[in-house]
Amino acid sequence: MSYLEYTVKYVPSGARKILYLNWPLVLLLTAAAGIGFLMLYSVAGGSLRPYAWAQMIRFAMGMTAMFIVAMIPIWFWRNMAAVAYGLSILLLIFVELFGAVGMGAQRWIDLGFIRLQPSELTKITVVMLLAAYYDMLPVTKVSRPLWVLVPLLLILVPVALVLKQPDLGTALLLMIGGGAVMFMAGVHWAYFGVVIASGIGMIAAVFQTRGTEWQLLKDYQYKRIDTFLDPSSDPLGAGYHITQSKIALGSGGWTGKGFMQGTQTRLNFLPEKHTDFIFTTLAEEFGFLGGISLLTIYGLIIAFCIATALSNRDRFSSLLTLGIAMTFFLFFAVNMSMVMGLAPVVGVPLPLVSYGGSAMLVLLVAFGLVQSAHVHKAR
Amino acid sequence: MRRSERDTTLSHRRITRRGLIVGGLQASFIALLAARMRHMQVNQAEEFRLLAEENRIKIRLLPPARGLIVDRNGAPIAINEPSYRITIVPEDAGDVEEVLGRLSRIVSLGPDELTRARAELQRTRGAPFLPVTVADRVSWEEISKVAVNAPALPGITPEVGLSRKYPLGPDFAHVVGYVGPVSDYDLSKIEEPDQLLRIPRFQIGKVGVESKMEDALRGSAGTKQEEVNAAGRVMRELERREGIPGANVQLTIDHKLQSYIQARLGTESASAVVIDCENGDILASASAPSFDPNLFVRGISVADYSVLRDNDHRPLAAKSVQDAYPPGSTFKMVTGLAGLDAGVITPNDTVYCPGHFEVGGRRFHCWKRGGHGSMDLNTSLRESCDVYYYDLALKVGIEKIAETARKLGLGERFDVPMSAVASGLTPDKEWKVQNRGEDWLIGDTVNASIGQGFLLSSPLQLAVMSARIATGRSVSPRLVKSIDGVATPEQGGEDLGLNEDYLRQVRRGMFNVVNNRRGTAYKSRIEDEANRMAGKTGTAQVSNRVVRNDEVPWAERDHALFVCFAPYERPRVAVAVVVEHGGGGSAAAAPIARDVTLEALFGGKPPLTAYPSADRERIEEERRLIDERRPDYNSDGSSRA
Repeated sequence: MSYLEYTVKYVPSGARKILYLNWPLVLLLTAAAGIGFLMLYSVAGGSLRPYAWAQMIRFAMGMTAMFIVAMIPIWFWRNMAAVAYGLSILLLIFVELFGAVGMGAQRWIDLGFIRLQPSELTKITVVMLLAAYYDMLPVTKVSRPLWVLVPLLLILVPVALVLKQPDLGTALLLMIGGGAVMFMAGVHWAYFGVVIASGIGMIAAVFQTRGTEWQLLKDYQYKRIDTFLDPSSDPLGAGYHITQSKIALGSGGWTGKGFMQGTQTRLNFLPEKHTDFIFTTLAEEFGFLGGISLLTIYGLIIAFCIATALSNRDRFSSLLTLGIAMTFFLFFAVNMSMVMGLAPVVGVPLPLVSYGGSAMLVLLVAFGLVQSAHVHKAR
Repeated sequence: MRRSERDTTLSHRRITRRGLIVGGLQASFIALLAARMRHMQVNQAEEFRLLAEENRIKIRLLPPARGLIVDRNGAPIAINEPSYRITIVPEDAGDVEEVLGRLSRIVSLGPDELTRARAELQRTRGAPFLPVTVADRVSWEEISKVAVNAPALPGITPEVGLSRKYPLGPDFAHVVGYVGPVSDYDLSKIEEPDQLLRIPRFQIGKVGVESKMEDALRGSAGTKQEEVNAAGRVMRELERREGIPGANVQLTIDHKLQSYIQARLGTESASAVVIDCENGDILASASAPSFDPNLFVRGISVADYSVLRDNDHRPLAAKSVQDAYPPGSTFKMVTGLAGLDAGVITPNDTVYCPGHFEVGGRRFHCWKRGGHGSMDLNTSLRESCDVYYYDLALKVGIEKIAETARKLGLGERFDVPMSAVASGLTPDKEWKVQNRGEDWLIGDTVNASIGQGFLLSSPLQLAVMSARIATGRSVSPRLVKSIDGVATPEQGGEDLGLNEDYLRQVRRGMFNVVNNRRGTAYKSRIEDEANRMAGKTGTAQVSNRVVRNDEVPWAERDHALFVCFAPYERPRVAVAVVVEHGGGGSAAAAPIARDVTLEALFGGKPPLTAYPSADRERIEEERRLIDERRPDYNSDGSSRA
């Protein structure tokens, strides 16, 4: 397919593209990352090392990648969707084979400067391929059973691979993210009704089979569910984290204890305080105002994405943008629910803020796609 | 293909509708998060602030009691005894140096202890709430002094802990091993370490059963939640969950027999294994010289350690399971059985031994230079004629010999929970090609026929071999009798598939080794009718030479081996003895094996009448010397004077 199929009135070209970037979005992303730098500086006891400086470098690399992706026309990315998806599946299989040999479940590939988790990458490539699929499919066919089956398979293949790792959290996020794209593409309500009903059935099955030979989850996963339901059952393990995390959050009050003054995060050992539990540091040191600021920034990022998606008449562009927004939403929604004790402890980082390169790089490249859709929108 | 305008419009409308629905859902979830945050941080703030600042909850681990290790009759081998120590929590102490200074004025702290404590404090700097041990094994008096002076010593706690003790000292050092404080190296090997291991100086098994059965012995931690005020003082205990003590492990070993053997081996570099022919229970696994495992629990000094390490008799090695030797002539039963089983010989076929044997242009000697004359299976075992087996080996071939050896347990790594259990080596053609890159030579077969060359077997394997020959069943060794009262399953025991007639022929030969006037171990016979034994001597060459053993340095002398089972008619125990560089099997190993067998059969001191009448006086004198070396036991055999 080519450029011509777009009912183009005006698409910027060359250096002019920079003017047409979604600059508010760039600013919001930088603001979120900035909060991250600040918190990493605080967690390290008022030092750029070991976290903040490395995070800044990664952010700079990610932003560069985002700009490069944004400059390339969106139709190129649409044509690449299948390739990207295939590549991420291959990588998933690769870590499955390779990781089994090494110690424990290794889920990443060491590229030297970054540890790439193929499962992170897959969250985006699934959304890309589904958007490309619905872009190709005439809208009248989207709800026909056969045409529903295809995207379902496209989602379930990586889900199965990720489950095998085993990483239940990521698998669920993949399913919800992919399902959201299908929903937004217009698949009939009834399908989702069926899925939700069978999901409830699955949960029942998970608990019914516990302790038998056929149990569906690993013991540690059951333990996490137990801990979530009753944090005091494991006062030293994950339950301890949840309790301490809630205390840290709650004791922040309206305005917090002040930058680098968080007693809870400083005196107690939250081993993940620079990664998954970093929000507690923010909430303790800057209080409700700090927490709500970050939440507002996240909300605005979602809002800007939805706005540009809905004003774009290109189907791939809008579905992709909405899908990426959903993925981003899932990241912070799950992480914040976890630290506030609303969801079980699953390894999901706070996007752009938690220390770690893999998720940040993948997210910024994804926002590069959002930018590309925005820049190459027909005006 | 250009998409129709209608399609685009329709889908745009639909995406807009659904996108807004999803956006709405997202917005409401964000609102929910904001509400939750507000609730926690504004409405419940006071509550959480109290928890966070004034009344911090501290969680302390309660280490579980380590499981005991007892012998087959319940006599204690590894126990826990209370020990007092002084710990410091840096976070609570404030100025650590100041507090340590005050402490050292109250109790005597060695410079060693202070340096060690400082190093540990340095290491746990990231977690100032973890207690660090300042002094270990403190007397009750000093502990009381610390308790009285508590107000002046913030962060210092006198603690009662449990420490491992091995009442039988060196006798079980190789089987049970010892515990020691967790090291960073230990932690690095474990993927998801137990919280317990993070307790400074927590003791875990380092070697032997203590290490291999660590998971069963350790138990799991309990916790204690305490409410602590701003100064770190414990206000009250909120909740206490007791830990689960480790499981008690009962070994199959008989501690009296074990101690006797250790004393009998004395200062020789030797090892012995006794197994029960019925069920494979290891009744004793001794290795001499030994060492005191209690030294390692306390933390052995560098000087003591280097003495142990540099001793050429290798006291640290558990020779009975981890060392493998050429089996020498004790292997001849295997070659003989292979020959009978392959059908290439009958027991009555004879071979003439002129004292040497020539094959492939090489001359192989019999140990008896003058030759044995005409030999059959029985007489060749009895007199340990080499030529008979050289000839036989060429007829059966190495593959059949190796197959028979494996059937009898040689080359098999038995699953006993001791450290570095040797698998030995039973070579065949394929092994040589793969490991040496050379073809198997005819000379290799000839060497293997008398247990030399590449063959290697551990004393444990040799004991299993004689038990299997004695019973014809695949007796497999078992070291753990039960865990927390639950018996561990016996393994093996099924028929080996060897013809009973052939086995009987080989056993008969072994009987004659000991009980026939011309047998190589006739001097070490048992007179007692009901308990006569059958055995085989072995002498494993360490270096190629012609001079006599007593003319070369100790380290170049031959290893002496002896395997046996008894009673001959209804075998109950199988024994293997290896005396490193002991010279000949008949002189060095057989007498030890005879004494050990008698001790095992009688469950204690055998009557003197079991010995040949000429030797009784000498034996009595020897026994007195051994008793002097043996530790004294209380009536229950529980402790050492």
